[in-house]
Amino acid sequence: MKIIAVCGMGIGTSVLLKMNAEKVLSQLGIEATVEATDVEMARASRDAQILLTTPDLVEKLQGLPAEVIAIEHFFDLEEITRKLSATLL
Amino acid sequence: MNESRLAQAFAPGSIAVQAVAADWREAVELAGNLLVQSGRTTTDYTGAMVAAIEELGPYIVIAPGVALAHARPSEAVLATGMSLVTLAKPVAFGNLANDPVSLVFALAAADQDSHIDLLQGFATLMSNPASVNLLLTSTSVETIRGLLAKPLQE
Repeated sequence: MKIIAVCGMGIGTSVLLKMNAEKVLSQLGIEATVEATDVEMARASRDAQILLTTPDLVEKLQGLPAEVIAIEHFFDLEEITRKLSATLL
Repeated sequence: MNESRLAQAFAPGSIAVQAVAADWREAVELAGNLLVQSGRTTTDYTGAMVAAIEELGPYIVIAPGVALAHARPSEAVLATGMSLVTLAKPVAFGNLANDPVSLVFALAAADQDSHIDLLQGFATLMSNPASVNLLLTSTSVETIRGLLAKPLQE
């Protein structure tokens, strides 16, 4: 399974999201690779099942095969766990 | 250690407490000025951070009350580093979930990966509500430096 954490630049917020998503995935026992990229790279990707991003960027990620999950509070592992579980479990 | 890497990211003069900003733009400019003054970026980088928010929206507000302003690695970045402005009065960025913002961090990355360690330390710091509370309420740069060097245990 491939997950992409997406932010505007691919170097800041998406990296934070990737770190916390990896933490949550390992707690859930789900094998997945998580990449951090910008919107453009995420749009070009065709092999990710899930795009993790912020509510502000959801609109820019429409029309792709991947499911888009918006995270509001990047440091809230409970929110990330709840939203990833709803999609993956 | 990630934590000390985080403390190193904040050069002398890169932290301002209880500053006054009229709006999000001024707040980001203050954080950008601190990067410039502490030798990490040129003023172009501050403009790039503001432009990124104008173009992509307030997505850099990543937790309640917390913004992480940044732009792409470029010639405007002299060295990887961070700055922090804590605001006496919070400002709105237009982020529905996490406004208003009292902690404005700025991140300058010299390349794609030289800042990953320090972001790890940053994530650890910000995951602890007591640390965030201390950042919000502290009136002392020294207290904040102490926290960056040695995060509170959960």
